[in-house]
Amino acid sequence: MKFRSLIKMGVVFAVGFVLHLLIKVGFINGYYDHILTKICMFIIAAVSLNLINGICGQFSIGHAGFMAVGAYTAAIFTKNPDLFIPAAIAGMPRFFIALAIGGSVAAFVGFLVGLPTLRLRGDYLAITTLGFGEIIRVLLLNWKFVGGASGYFGIKPYANFLSVYILAVITVVVLSNFIASSYGRACIAIREDEVAAETMGINTTKYKIIAFVLAAFFAGIAGGIYAHLMQAIMPRDFSFLVSIDILLMVVLGGLGSTSGSIVAAIFLTIVTESLRRFQSLRVIIYSLVLIFIMIFRPQGLLGNQEFSTPMLKEKIRLLFNRTKSGKGHTSTEGTE
Amino acid sequence: MPVLETTDLTIRFGGLTAVLDLNIYLEAGELVGLIGPNGAGKTTVFNMLTGVYKPSAGTINFCGETLCSAQHAMLPSLISMKGIARTFQNIRLFKELSVLDNVKIAFHQHVKYSLATSFFHTGRYAAEEKEIEKKAIELLQLFDLDNKQNEQAKNLPYGEQRRLEIARALATNPKLLLLDEPAASMNPQETQNLMELIRFIREKFDLTILLIEHDMSLVMGVCERIYVLDYGKVIAQGTPAEIRANPKVIEAYLGGENIA
Repeated sequence: MKFRSLIKMGVVFAVGFVLHLLIKVGFINGYYDHILTKICMFIIAAVSLNLINGICGQFSIGHAGFMAVGAYTAAIFTKNPDLFIPAAIAGMPRFFIALAIGGSVAAFVGFLVGLPTLRLRGDYLAITTLGFGEIIRVLLLNWKFVGGASGYFGIKPYANFLSVYILAVITVVVLSNFIASSYGRACIAIREDEVAAETMGINTTKYKIIAFVLAAFFAGIAGGIYAHLMQAIMPRDFSFLVSIDILLMVVLGGLGSTSGSIVAAIFLTIVTESLRRFQSLRVIIYSLVLIFIMIFRPQGLLGNQEFSTPMLKEKIRLLFNRTKSGKGHTSTEGTE
Repeated sequence: MPVLETTDLTIRFGGLTAVLDLNIYLEAGELVGLIGPNGAGKTTVFNMLTGVYKPSAGTINFCGETLCSAQHAMLPSLISMKGIARTFQNIRLFKELSVLDNVKIAFHQHVKYSLATSFFHTGRYAAEEKEIEKKAIELLQLFDLDNKQNEQAKNLPYGEQRRLEIARALATNPKLLLLDEPAASMNPQETQNLMELIRFIREKFDLTILLIEHDMSLVMGVCERIYVLDYGKVIAQGTPAEIRANPKVIEAYLGGENIA
């Protein structure tokens, strides 16, 4: 068990390191470097939203709002060398501290939004988070200090591939660990049956808020990365449509599946980027892709399963059986 | 001192008084039945005892503590921690989860490792998770469900779902167990087994049990005392023999002469 997870971590770091080297020697050019980094950022955003929507079963559509909070907060700290963090801390360390502050502020805002709404059952959260995202956007539009509508410019490009990759790995590990723990099980219980969860001694409001705040924290970090990747941020970068994009990743990957969110984040980012050349046709193709996936795989790419070696073995075994017998409908029982 | 005591417990939904001035008590170790025709308010009583509904008036005392009064009402989760567990009339398992996870979730209130520990799986995490798993499997063994621990709860046969619900309730380590129609749609043989099971868990876990049931063979066979509820009011109480002979009870179930 322990050995297997060590191997897994080894593979994950090897992949990151190889990609990093390829970027360094110039085999992967700047454009693809940018996309790879963006994928890692979206992984953080999608995996964290999955915690609210997939694991805890609450419907939040304001993730871009938390990203905006994190993005602007982190950018303010890296752009103003004297603000709170001593000026002696510069460069990458300052970037990481700024990200942590951005995440924390987003988490605090998440707490304020979640406290009144998460007490309620039903669709209230969706409406509140939708409104919250828009409020943040409008506030930023009117805040001269961060440039208002014209945007906040001159943010240093600290977000390189390796650092964002490591942050994404940390996010996935921390959130998967949380989900696998008793606290995560409590959140899943809320999704499955709120009344039963309550009578089993789970304080539903508390765990909903924990999940919500945790997700807001990582969304804030994703936002901070975005700011230091694009080097300029505008309020419209965090519009309602961005929230929907992230929600799509979660739903497409399979609600409740962390690995599904990762796969979907990679897939959708690549689709979006590769469709750029079609300009306005892009939106139509993108929508069609989504419609077809939802028709043929309504439970999402991975359903609510996690991607794992046993699961992979099972799939391969099924595939092998199918081709051997030449018929699609043979059941698995034959081999057992 | 009784384990559970309600005083003038009342709940109204708009103009409907579902339960009126309910006064019941349970001594430690007792097995008490709560019966009555459909719509008498039995499940509503359970919902008040577990905090799902907030009573309009009256108090609930549990082991010398006030769970609910005119001033305050405890959250269901807190009541569960105080030691009241229940099952549901219309089974409320965590359907998509495995049998084992259903029970593990109920152990959550006894988990000691912190939230921060859960992020990195450090310190006590592994040992404690192992302990939870061991306890959960032991509990499933008692209910003869351990060979199905990895199946999804929704795929179990009905009788086993009922048993799993009881196992899950016991995992919270309760003092008082509320069973809401545990024998619903069971055949006589299954009901017989259930009766033995209820007696067995009462001894083993040192429980006080209040149970709602329509199956009279179960109620009369297993309960020491019975309350009869009709239109939200207790119309009779006593031993099974007394209840059987009580004309009011017969009237509530079969209708009085003036109606017939």
